[in-house]
Amino acid sequence: MTIHFVREIDKIKTRILSLSAYVEESVTMAVKALITRDGNLAREVIQRDFKIDEAEVELEEECLKLLALYQPVAHDLRFIIAILKINNDLERIGDQAVNIAYRAEVFSRREKIEIPDIMLTMAEKTKSMLRLGLDALINLDVKRANDVCKSDDVIDNMHHDIYSLVKNEVTKHPEHFSTLFKFTEISHQLERIADLATNIAEEVIYMVEGQIARHRGKAMESKDKDF
Amino acid sequence: MSTQKDIKISVKNLDFFYGKDQALFNISIDFVANNVTALIGPSGCGKSTLLRTLNRMNDIIPGTRVKGDVIFDNENIYGPKIDVVKLRRRIGMVFQRPNPFPKTIFNDVAYGLKINGMKNRTEIRDRVEHSLKSAAVWDEVQTRLNQSALGLSGGQQQRVCIARALAIEPEIILMDEPASALDPIATQKIEELIVELKQKYTIIIVTHNMQQAARVSDTTAFFYIGKLIETGQTDIMFTRPKLKQTEDYITGRFG
Repeated sequence: MTIHFVREIDKIKTRILSLSAYVEESVTMAVKALITRDGNLAREVIQRDFKIDEAEVELEEECLKLLALYQPVAHDLRFIIAILKINNDLERIGDQAVNIAYRAEVFSRREKIEIPDIMLTMAEKTKSMLRLGLDALINLDVKRANDVCKSDDVIDNMHHDIYSLVKNEVTKHPEHFSTLFKFTEISHQLERIADLATNIAEEVIYMVEGQIARHRGKAMESKDKDF
Repeated sequence: MSTQKDIKISVKNLDFFYGKDQALFNISIDFVANNVTALIGPSGCGKSTLLRTLNRMNDIIPGTRVKGDVIFDNENIYGPKIDVVKLRRRIGMVFQRPNPFPKTIFNDVAYGLKINGMKNRTEIRDRVEHSLKSAAVWDEVQTRLNQSALGLSGGQQQRVCIARALAIEPEIILMDEPASALDPIATQKIEELIVELKQKYTIIIVTHNMQQAARVSDTTAFFYIGKLIETGQTDIMFTRPKLKQTEDYITGRFG
């Protein structure tokens, strides 16, 4: 039984790694389409999303099959549970890439407007975070996973800064409201991708250490507060 | 907030020998009252030996020797003043294969009561009925109490054996792979019964079935080559055991 089980686990590892590479590519393409005003590239991101959805469903079915047939415990159980969640996170990251691509496609047809530098920085940082989270997954590296969790606040702050920036710009240029508003949406989507990358990193920590890493920061904060 | 749990029986620095061969090495473990403790480990790891040291069942094997203490009711059960028959009445046992006596179901369950001097027929009848009900087999055998238990299915026989163990009102029930010879439905009934019985009894069970240990026990102890490797809360042992050796065993990567 073990040989078969290990073989099945290896199959799942291969699937999740190829899905993560595919999703990462979607995010990269979506950001590139936004920056280069490339409508075709944006449409490509939208079209390839069905493959992500398909892969997500297949991987989930594989995980459920292993749970039902082998009743795994300990590390094997944590691995499958973590993969089920990461699989879902990756699919949602794919959806966010599509959302960015939709906006990129609209931008490609409109009069050019400069993308704020902070948004370019945020996009780069988000991509780095996602890459680091996926590296942590590939190498089951808790240190890298912890680094991802720590980076999340930086992205959150940038999202707030972009919101303030857009608010100011809208006051000055109300005629650009529709485009400027789309920046806040894109910022929100990047922030969601960073959140989901953090989820992946937290699942890696759970997989390796068996400790649920979610809400650790909040728990520490609420301990410090005097209720 | 953690509470101090009642220890029903406690093993301290126990060594056990079959002749010159040492089967258990310096085992120390506490068994909590009204808990189910599962002893797991590969064949030959000493889990059944340990189980049998708890009611001195090994005494009947020639050439065996025990060093260390098993404390039950503030007394070492290997002490000189211990009445072994009385001890086994308080610490009952259920074996791997159902072993009904060549008697009627009624007399099988009543056997322990009669040899312990119970004479009042009504009292015996009540106790037999109560025991069969507690062992969740009353509904299936109530109309055939005067027939041999050998005519029952394996699962029913095993529950009659459990009823026999319960009849003398023990405090601890030792179970040595009680469902290993049974089909999945009979196994499920035994497992449900174990969970019910722990409200009244302390149960220590040896099992090779990991899922069974995970399902029925509160505490799991993992043994390997006569040593207690790790013990802890079952849900933790099966999700994040502390030691790699435990992890390798429960995930089937051992050896």
